[in-house]
Amino acid sequence: MEFNIMNYLISFLVGGLICGLAQILVVRTSITTSRILVLFLMLGVVLQAFGVYPYFKDFAKAGATVPIIGFGATLAKGAIEGAKKGGLLGVLQGGLTATAGGIAVAIVSAFLVGLIFNSRTKHLK
Amino acid sequence: MDSEKRNQNYNMYVDAKLPKTKLFPSVAKAFLVGGLICCFGQLCLDLYAYWWPTLSEAELGTAMLSTIIFLTAILTGFGVFDWLGAFGGAGTVIPITGFANAIVSPSMEFKKEGIIFGICVKMFSIVGPVIVFGVVGSVAAGLIYLII
Repeated sequence: MEFNIMNYLISFLVGGLICGLAQILVVRTSITTSRILVLFLMLGVVLQAFGVYPYFKDFAKAGATVPIIGFGATLAKGAIEGAKKGGLLGVLQGGLTATAGGIAVAIVSAFLVGLIFNSRTKHLK
Repeated sequence: MDSEKRNQNYNMYVDAKLPKTKLFPSVAKAFLVGGLICCFGQLCLDLYAYWWPTLSEAELGTAMLSTIIFLTAILTGFGVFDWLGAFGGAGTVIPITGFANAIVSPSMEFKKEGIIFGICVKMFSIVGPVIVFGVVGSVAAGLIYLII
């Protein structure tokens, strides 16, 4: 089993840096959660479209795939690979096929948690 | 008092009342929490690669993200994630945990409005734009690739 400690260090540093940058944006511009998610998602799509993301992923491991940038990159990668295989139809199918697992888990667990749990009064400041 | 001056005064009042977040501590917390979540992702990747050696890299990634999404949904249900989010700020929003939290929270919150119009409709009130931009952006990327 390979537990390379360097992978954890680089994941922590890169993942932390991305989140730190986002936090600077949040504090300085009071941007909403939805916008910040969309912004970083599109960053992932653009990085993948220009072919930069695979190198970034090889370098940063989970530090690149866990942030939402990785989700955008997977979508774009699926669509581009679909274009190589199946032309226009491949473009339409590729993105969601590549991310289907994550989206399905998110929707199913959101539905179940919504059914089971009640939202509590927030005491947060 | 003319309305323009009144609006200006009101905006100043709002600015004074808004909670001020200090830049450095909040960025440090976001760095710490975001980094730890990514480390957990790496741990999942390594464990799954060890348990199921036949899985491809893409399948391992999906399994890892699914694990994090599911755990976040459960933690959001128990209210633990609200606390983590208040501490970590963008450190919990940018990793896939933010996506999961943003889909689960409204689903719980709008349960009172019924299963269809509450849970199913409101579920996408924050995550909807993410999926729309993601799909539109990826199709655009694919089309550009086709043309070039």
